Amino acid sequence: MKRLFILLAAAMWIGAGSAGAVTFKWAADGDAVSMDPYYFNESFTTGFLANVYEGLVMRGKDLSIGPGLAESWRNLDPNTWEFKLRRGVKFHDGSDFTAEDVVFSWHRVTSPDSNFRVYFLSVDKVEAKDAHTVIIHTKSPNPILLSDISYWWILNKAWCEKNKAVEVANISKGQENYATRNANGTGAFILTSRQAAVKTTLKRNPDWWGWKAKVGDSNIDDVVFTPITQDATRVAALLSGDIDMVYTLPVQDLDRVKQAGFKVYQEAELRTIFLGMDQARPELLESNIKGKNPFKDIRVRKALYQAIDENAIVSRVMRGAATPARGMVVDFVNGYDSNFQRYPYDPDAAKKLLAEAGYPDGFTVGFDCPNDRYVNDAQVCQAVTAMWARIGITAKLNAQTKSLYFTKALKRDTSIFLLGWSPATVDGLNVLDNLIYTPDEKSGKGQFNLGAYSNHKIDALTEQARNEFDPKKRTKLLQEALDMSVADVGHIPLHYQQVLWASKAGINLVQRADNNFGWIWVTVK
Amino acid sequence: MTSYIFERVLQSLLVLVVITLVGFVLFRFVGDPVLNMVGQDTKVEDIDKLREDLGLNRPVVVQFADYLGRVLQGQFGLSYRHGRPVQDLFIERFPATLELALMSTLFSLAVAIPCGVFTGIFPNHWVSQFILGVSLAGVSLPTFLIGILLILVFSVYLPWLPSFGRGAVVNLGLWTTGLMTVDGWKHIILPSITLGLFQLTLILRLVRSEMLEVLRTDYIKFARARGLRQTAVYFGHALRNTLIPVVTITGLQLGSILAFAIITETVFQWPGMGLLFLQAINFADLPIMSGYLIVVGVIFVAINLTVDLLYLAIDPRLRETAARIH
Repeated sequence: MKRLFILLAAAMWIGAGSAGAVTFKWAADGDAVSMDPYYFNESFTTGFLANVYEGLVMRGKDLSIGPGLAESWRNLDPNTWEFKLRRGVKFHDGSDFTAEDVVFSWHRVTSPDSNFRVYFLSVDKVEAKDAHTVIIHTKSPNPILLSDISYWWILNKAWCEKNKAVEVANISKGQENYATRNANGTGAFILTSRQAAVKTTLKRNPDWWGWKAKVGDSNIDDVVFTPITQDATRVAALLSGDIDMVYTLPVQDLDRVKQAGFKVYQEAELRTIFLGMDQARPELLESNIKGKNPFKDIRVRKALYQAIDENAIVSRVMRGAATPARGMVVDFVNGYDSNFQRYPYDPDAAKKLLAEAGYPDGFTVGFDCPNDRYVNDAQVCQAVTAMWARIGITAKLNAQTKSLYFTKALKRDTSIFLLGWSPATVDGLNVLDNLIYTPDEKSGKGQFNLGAYSNHKIDALTEQARNEFDPKKRTKLLQEALDMSVADVGHIPLHYQQVLWASKAGINLVQRADNNFGWIWVTVK
Repeated sequence: MTSYIFERVLQSLLVLVVITLVGFVLFRFVGDPVLNMVGQDTKVEDIDKLREDLGLNRPVVVQFADYLGRVLQGQFGLSYRHGRPVQDLFIERFPATLELALMSTLFSLAVAIPCGVFTGIFPNHWVSQFILGVSLAGVSLPTFLIGILLILVFSVYLPWLPSFGRGAVVNLGLWTTGLMTVDGWKHIILPSITLGLFQLTLILRLVRSEMLEVLRTDYIKFARARGLRQTAVYFGHALRNTLIPVVTITGLQLGSILAFAIITETVFQWPGMGLLFLQAINFADLPIMSGYLIVVGVIFVAINLTVDLLYLAIDPRLRETAARIH
């Protein structure tokens, strides 16, 4: 009995927490998938781990690339990059950070089970010149190498070897990988406990180099992260004061939360939401037009484009939490062209275009859409369906959960589809390669060009940009290619999505466009 | 007799195999799990490699045979999402679900029995009418709505209770408990009420009708004639005789509460098995989904089997029939 009493008292003391320390409690709509930074390439997981791990370079509040674990770098020639590493940096377990760790991390990140291999296709070899110098050799000049490696977190060689985590987790091996629930980085926060999908706690790393260098100004000592998947519960937890911040606030709660005196953050994120059309098949899979594919005709594609009142979608469906898209990339992505304009909303012109193309009465076509992937995705599709109905296009909307939607769409078993894309490299080449390039299974280009739009002029411009080392000329080429694809209505850009966060009034934080939430910029009053 | 029991056990095993098979086949239609396991920039050949590694491109029959073989050895596979053995995740999550189920059962009994007795003794009293009216509302409102309403009232408007999670838990080796901290008790109140409300209504109505029945019987009249005090008549004689069906129903309900706490757990972000299952569906995490179905199947089959065998022990007529058939 007495023992039980002591246990109870101890438990209550634990519950009360230690006084004086600043604890930051926040919730998101999902959890980081793994603590292994190479297991799953997804912005939330990568962004979460950016607080624990670091890369050679580091993106700032505005996504600009600055020094991270590398203090400086230079090109010895276009194919050789020399990185001078920061001295005196220690991993959380106390071991020193050296060039060996970088070489090891390169081997690991390019291993077959890594989900980040794609960013290292241009890299030939990484070698340690001395303990604090790393050389990266590329196969051909890669002007955006720094972007490519800007989410490459460096692991500790000795720690991985000791804990049998040299390889990236592979489910089929039937054994849990140590790095799945444990972490040993050099970053500003140290992982203290991890229960996936339930709770993750971290504490401040007082020895992080960035505090002294004023890279981060946070005053938090402890971080408690809880995923809360239900929108209503997450918002209630914020309103009731149980947590300090929510990552993704449903747009329908925007006004209510603002009125209750909370801060709402709504920066445009990297993601562009757009529609694609099957332009490859001789006959559409889901349409009443037989023997030909209407989307091969630019007039039909343009009619569909001009029938959409994007301003109405932004103001009604998105409640202002989006901006109409001019092209396929948002303004801070390299390759954005501020002179380029949307085709105007004009249902009459759209009808005329349809008639010219030989479909005065319109036609019926299938329309695939996810209903739990992007902000209000199914509602956006419903609005588009209604707008098309006005010009005689009957879209048979099939909105379903993302697992089913992506299974169907990635098989290209679709006629019209809605997709969102955020270029992880913050560079237009990523968009051209994945979404616009003529699909080629062998090289993997155009993998997400699900409608198989093909324009060889754009492909040529893309190749030119890939090999152009001069930044200005390169940007020009990207702009030209991206503009051409939109003018040709290869896809119909809809809007740049904003992701809403909200916090208590006394909290300051930075919402970065790549959705990475850096706690080094969080201050709690 | 022995052969009867043997037959029942065999039947139960067959049911389990069928449940596993149906679940396994059904879950093939939730979408391609591999697409949820790779980032957007992943190359096709890497996606194909992963599918190959997981054995997802084999015929369903082969996959099922393989799965069954592993399950028989106690291996439920690794969760696609968490990268951990499914049985470990279940063991980790089960205490939360069991504590919630027990607390909600206790809550519903504590409220339902007094209310049931009262409404049975005074069927026409306005308080009885009120209780019955409220209980009707309780049984007709969907669980998620009740949960959200409770959060709205007791967490947001009146900041008395926390809105989500399990609070501070104490680790006792294999078991984690929230019932040893004040914080943990605060966290379990709202979910227990939400989950227990349906059961509360059920038991309340059962107690009430049993009380009405029993109060009409001769021995109650005799008890009154003997001049016993009212409380002794109602609680000593009447209530005791109504409890047998209540115990049976409560036991059976415990199974379904354990299995179907999914919605309550989701609304309150309660880290139990139900929440794990629901998140697994979202992600097409097949090993967790199949494993969960088997666990729930085992719980139900075990409860039914126990009840069957208990009846056999209680009722001599059943014993004779069973002996005659075999």
